[in-house]
Amino acid sequence: MSRIVDAVNAPFAPVRAYFRKHRSFGIFVGVVLLSVALPLLTRVPPFDGIQSTNAWVNAFTTAAIYAMLAMGLNVVIGFAGLLDLGYAAFFALGGYTYALAASPFSGIHLPFWPMLLAGGIVGAIFGVLLGAPTLRLRGDYLAIVTLGFGEIVPITLMNADKFTDGVNGIGGIDKPSIPGILQFTLINPWPMYGLVVVLFTLIMIMIYRLEDSRLGRTWDAIREDELAAESSGVNTVIAKLQAFAVGASIAGIVGVVNAAKITIVTPDQFRFAVSISALAAVVLGGMGNTIGVATGAFIIYLFQSILLKQLNTLVENFNIPILNQVDFLEFQYVLYGIVLVLMMLKRPQGIFPARRRMREFAPLKIGKGGLK
Amino acid sequence: MATVNATSSSAGRLLGSLRLPIGIVAFLGISLTVLGIDQFVNALTLGAIYALVALGYTMVYGIIELINFAHGDVFMVGSFVAMFISSSLLGNEGAITNIPLLAGSVLVLFALTIGVMAIVGALIERLAYRPLRRAPRLAPLITAIGVSFILQNVIQFFFGPTIVTVPQLVPIEWSIEVSGSRVPLLNIFVIAASVALMFALQLFISRTRTGRAMRTTSMDRDASSLMGVDINRTIMITFLIGSGLAGAAGVVHGLYYGNTSFNLGFQSGLKAFTAAVLGGIGNTAGAALGGFLIAFIEVGASAFGYGRWGGAVVFSLLVIFLVFRPTGLLGSHSGDRA
Repeated sequence: MSRIVDAVNAPFAPVRAYFRKHRSFGIFVGVVLLSVALPLLTRVPPFDGIQSTNAWVNAFTTAAIYAMLAMGLNVVIGFAGLLDLGYAAFFALGGYTYALAASPFSGIHLPFWPMLLAGGIVGAIFGVLLGAPTLRLRGDYLAIVTLGFGEIVPITLMNADKFTDGVNGIGGIDKPSIPGILQFTLINPWPMYGLVVVLFTLIMIMIYRLEDSRLGRTWDAIREDELAAESSGVNTVIAKLQAFAVGASIAGIVGVVNAAKITIVTPDQFRFAVSISALAAVVLGGMGNTIGVATGAFIIYLFQSILLKQLNTLVENFNIPILNQVDFLEFQYVLYGIVLVLMMLKRPQGIFPARRRMREFAPLKIGKGGLK
Repeated sequence: MATVNATSSSAGRLLGSLRLPIGIVAFLGISLTVLGIDQFVNALTLGAIYALVALGYTMVYGIIELINFAHGDVFMVGSFVAMFISSSLLGNEGAITNIPLLAGSVLVLFALTIGVMAIVGALIERLAYRPLRRAPRLAPLITAIGVSFILQNVIQFFFGPTIVTVPQLVPIEWSIEVSGSRVPLLNIFVIAASVALMFALQLFISRTRTGRAMRTTSMDRDASSLMGVDINRTIMITFLIGSGLAGAAGVVHGLYYGNTSFNLGFQSGLKAFTAAVLGGIGNTAGAALGGFLIAFIEVGASAFGYGRWGGAVVFSLLVIFLVFRPTGLLGSHSGDRA
């Protein structure tokens, strides 16, 4: 069996060796191939029967946004080992930054592209503001503090109606455009799809490079044993702050894209469940493995928004009593719960474990340590 | 789970031990004058509920250092169990004016709900937390978040996503007059029942063999194990009691507010956790104190027209306390490790 696998793999060996050496280019090629293959796949049965290609492309765009969010959270949880339960807050801040800068509500109409950067900067600033006083805390306390922050942000957005229009949120947000060439619209999902593919590629390349950088190794050291890292001369506070800032700025950028895509932001879009859905993707994919986490996000998103929806229509068509009244879409939350519990109990390293994490999650025999 | 008293001289010790009661009396006096009797009683009642839930957080944290994220949802499930027992099993529809019947119904309601929730809590411990006892710290916390989501959805599946009415057994009209305002007997009953439960818990922890086992386990699990304490049994009993108290809080919530909903657990759970942190996590007396404090802050905020900000204030308090005084007001046995 393995001989067959080897024989099949043999011609690809030079290709693999090439991409191992040029990983960023490999990621670029991989994402481009995938982004072409996915829409083509939706033209083939059984996928063409589920929804139109445009709807599929739209779904892939949302899935990619969700995957970028999960990759950003993975920097904080998977690399630095800090459990951030308020990640949606940075997503919200990015979204509201763009909403305030480009909507009829504020009367300002700044172009989209610089705001992309601004969203990242706003995210990073708040990440540092939250992180600076709290990162001294031990893991589970940090988790609760970030959760508290994650609750404060939507409550504030909801109550400061003078600036955010409260519960209604801010609608009519400008769509991006490339002047004279391309205007993004709600009807045509392709430009947004292209934008998200480019951003996805850039973020993934950046995260991989970060992982292998000096900073990435610092995060490894902190995650494995903070005390040892500190005694070896690592400034743990700065390194953790950087993890927070990187994660938060990714969420901010993605927040801008998300706001531009759906053209409305409301406080309810950024509740605790959003943070947990990203956490579920990270846990499912395997903490610390960027591609794994992105895949986990795709699996969860497609499962909840395609499969559960299909289940709804299926039950309706067959007119099954009792189940008829059940909206299966509501089960996405139980899905997060089941993913978190089952993965932690049965496969804490995730479906695609990062190599280093396999050992880390093996039961500890002596003392405490590891993931804190 | 014991208060750390650092003062050494006898005069200092006397002052130190009096500091807390004096503080509480002063605080109550000020709140009473600022809020007025109606709001004051409101805050006490809400505080009783928070305190009962906070006790579960603090006990579990004290013994296995796990932030039992699902505890708020255990409280929520408790309120639904109470609703189900009250309306479906006992067939209640509203207030009962016949005093012996009322007393009997309420007693049965408390006993059954506490029993059911104790079992639910112990089951959660057995299935979701015990396998992870030797795992990295964050693993059980993530599991607890998962359990919380599962509990919410199970309840939503059976009872729907809307607010559900709970029979208010104690007639709301019954009240006594205190300096010109009427104080419903219901509130007095709720406060009395909660305080009685807290005292019973305090006695249990300080006087019984099992209580001693709980205290030693929270200090040093391995050493207690060597001294013959059955660790698994002790931890399970902690969950039984904590969840039972959350069940009692669920009953109280139903009797007092007359409704419940599937997402009740998240916010009130977080507030109760804040209460536990405020009092000093791992410290049972502190949790009770923290519960009342949080309630006063919330009721105070809404009394002055900032009700919408109540949640934000409470969570800001949580962040501030965790950052600047993780041992809480009364100190905790594990705060030094924060």
